[in-house]
Amino acid sequence: MVYNNNEISVYKGGMVMYDIVIIGAGVVGSSIARVLSKYDLKIAVMDKEADICEQTSKANSGIVHSGYDAHVGSMKAKMNLRGSKMMESLCKDLDIPYRRNGSLVLAFSKTDLPKLEALKDQGDANGVEGLQILSTEEVLLMEPNLSNEVTNALYAPTGGIVDPFKLTIAQAEVACQNGVEFKLKTKVIDVEKHDDYFIIFTDKGEFKTRILVNAAGVYADDVNNQLSAYKLKITPRKGEYCLFDKQVGNIVDKTIFQLPTALGKGVLVTPTPDGNLLVGPTANDIIDKDDISTTAEGLKSVIDRARKSVKQIPMGFVITAFAGLRATEQNGDFVIGEAIDVPNFFNAAGIESPGLTSAPAIGEYLGAMIANRLNAIEKSDYIKTRTDTVRFESLSLADKANLIKENPEYGKIICRCELVTLAQIKDAIHRPLGAKTIDGIKRRTRAGAGRCQGGFCSPRVIEILAKELHLDPREVAKSDSNSVMLIEFDKDSL
Amino acid sequence: MINRDIVIIGGGPAGLAAAISCYENGNKDIIILERDNSLGGILNQCIHNGFGLHTFKEELTGPEYAARYISQVHALGIDYRLNTMVIDINKDKVISSINETDGLMQIQAKAVILTMGCRERSRGALNIPGYRPAGIFSAGTAQRYVNIEGYMPGRQIVILGSGDIGLIMARRLTLEGALVKMVCEIMPYSGGLKRNIVQCLDDYNIPLRLNHTVTKIYGKERVTGVMVSEVDENRQPILGTEEYVECDTLLLSVGLIPENELSRKALVKINAKTQGPEVDECLSTSIPGIFAAGNVLHVHDLVDYVSMEAALAGKNAVKYVNGLFKPGFSIIIEAKNGVRYTVPGTINPNNAEDITVVRFRTGDVYRDAYLSVYLDDERVTHLKKRILTPGEMEQIIIPKKWFAERPNLQKITIMVEKE
Repeated sequence: MVYNNNEISVYKGGMVMYDIVIIGAGVVGSSIARVLSKYDLKIAVMDKEADICEQTSKANSGIVHSGYDAHVGSMKAKMNLRGSKMMESLCKDLDIPYRRNGSLVLAFSKTDLPKLEALKDQGDANGVEGLQILSTEEVLLMEPNLSNEVTNALYAPTGGIVDPFKLTIAQAEVACQNGVEFKLKTKVIDVEKHDDYFIIFTDKGEFKTRILVNAAGVYADDVNNQLSAYKLKITPRKGEYCLFDKQVGNIVDKTIFQLPTALGKGVLVTPTPDGNLLVGPTANDIIDKDDISTTAEGLKSVIDRARKSVKQIPMGFVITAFAGLRATEQNGDFVIGEAIDVPNFFNAAGIESPGLTSAPAIGEYLGAMIANRLNAIEKSDYIKTRTDTVRFESLSLADKANLIKENPEYGKIICRCELVTLAQIKDAIHRPLGAKTIDGIKRRTRAGAGRCQGGFCSPRVIEILAKELHLDPREVAKSDSNSVMLIEFDKDSL
Repeated sequence: MINRDIVIIGGGPAGLAAAISCYENGNKDIIILERDNSLGGILNQCIHNGFGLHTFKEELTGPEYAARYISQVHALGIDYRLNTMVIDINKDKVISSINETDGLMQIQAKAVILTMGCRERSRGALNIPGYRPAGIFSAGTAQRYVNIEGYMPGRQIVILGSGDIGLIMARRLTLEGALVKMVCEIMPYSGGLKRNIVQCLDDYNIPLRLNHTVTKIYGKERVTGVMVSEVDENRQPILGTEEYVECDTLLLSVGLIPENELSRKALVKINAKTQGPEVDECLSTSIPGIFAAGNVLHVHDLVDYVSMEAALAGKNAVKYVNGLFKPGFSIIIEAKNGVRYTVPGTINPNNAEDITVVRFRTGDVYRDAYLSVYLDDERVTHLKKRILTPGEMEQIIIPKKWFAERPNLQKITIMVEKE
């Protein structure tokens, strides 16, 4: 990849000067990186984790919200609507699973009807298309497994579901294939403002950049507060989920919400693009920004509340539970744009729900702003699309047969539950920003994401990772270097 | 499309015994499809002894037990494919499989024997709260790491669940130098065999904590400890009994689930209690010509019974291909009073063998109780049992002559009675 030689983009005292450094390789950072990668600029994305999509982006509902929730005129409303509109064609470009399945917000009492109507009015004002209030009969006709207690529902035909891992990874891959550097396992310790550049101090050395973008998720306030007098305060708001076997993934077809509360959109019940059933999240403000543990109370509350929406929650089919953190800023809206008192420092902070939906729009919005600032020139060789790893399970028998003819490694099943082949796993390892961990393989191929949760395939995935990356199996980790799976026999050291 | 009389799905102990039985009963047009790289199934990683006491009257290791059947399969020239994953079976008995050399292979079978075995319940199925670090393994996966791959899962181990694999692994890991701190069992009794509790825990002074469970997992990257709590009679943790146990590994031995995803594709009816197909006296499922045996049908305690059951399925598959099944009225077997289920669930006297073995497990521990069989309202069997426990499979023999003596028999009831 050839970069234009911006005069400043040279080594100065051993320090590389970037045009843009983005802190955070989640869905927001990856979106911004993807948009800016079409310009002739020297860009780096930094993240403390060993892989992209490791924090909030890996643990959320995977919903493309239609946009009736956000207050009229808010940044959330603006980004949500735009993101929802962009999603279908973006997912096509990125070759990732997306389905516009529509959503319902349920009311359980006639006295709640005005709230539902207010939500519809807000949605209409935000520009959400096709919103409709439905009666009990209409709702149950649409979703026969919903509770008979439902009195009305707000139907949003533009609601959708997307694979949040793929939305992040695919955008990062596009950025990477267009020359953006990803510096993983690089923890930002400090940022310093100089006249026309910033210095970023990390555990992997120091970097200079003309533009600094803060997409640091729950840590975005820390980054902002080092530079700006306009302080942010981000509270991690924990959400716990239960994921169910594909056998019960069709209990509902649409994403089922309840009327929102002060803390968020309440517990939803939804199919995922891969056909599982997802139930959650809770909403609890916590202190520890790394606390993604599930709790007995949280999981119980998720199920209890979901039971209100759906006649039966098939508890025998739970395959896993997880928790994620929403980056909730105290003022309640996204903080997107250049800091008033720090030129060339751009925030994408407080990106809680509808953050996943909004991410492509945030990328577009900030990307345009930053490109304009740098008078950036579009590259002639920009590649906007990428091809996903083959989703073998969803292919027809004939397509499966042809694929195996082309590459016999598609005939070797590694993950039984999700029908993931050796060829897919090797592709996930060797593609741009390839997987280096067991979780990385899972998010890219779904090996280990099924009903046995890696019971059968994890020994093989470890073997393949070790072989392809020239590691000892004892070095292969679940998610980072401290999460190794295996150790040697005591006898080995005798 | 290839044509075969009988296709056997899975080359573990059940599949091997079924195949040999097919051959011995006169049908040689058979093939075993096995997804792993060798025949033998899970036995290959069960390097402890105790297999084959009933079948061979000697104590074999798992690989030895498997080898007896594998060498017979070789000697008889029975066809099989390794590394071959069956991805679909339809109700017309067309089996689609894939492997690296044959690509997609479709076989039209006259009869199918389902012998896919079972899988372990995962942490998710238990919904244990906490972080999701490395260091949580199902006992069978850990067994594979230690016995096949040659690695240890960790050094300080807590085992949740006292299923047989968990008990076996407690001993195995101890022998390899790990410290197994305890085995927690949420129930008031163990889910494993008595002999395994004695030989794998008691002999190594590993505490078995009955009525205890893991209520939280600690460690963001690797397991650093677990919270263990006592549970009440409703299996809910009792406040104030929490004990933090430092460990780097949590092993789960919390139950096995028959692997019936393929059976469901063939529209085979699944029993909610066993999670396996509903079968009759011939081990025929709800789809004529599709049979099931071994752990895919119901989870067994001893492999010997798997082999016996599978041999019966093989024999009947041959009978089915030869068109020898006779229609007739099916007598229902009802499981009652502490008997959780029975396999088979029905008997058609016209196709029954001289004796039908009905296998089942109880839902609780019973001491000095009786196992009774009623033919309609008439009690015909009343067996005193010193102990009945869910960890051990029980069986009742139903002789065919009972049916001849009672032509109007509607229902057989098997139950536990106090006296």
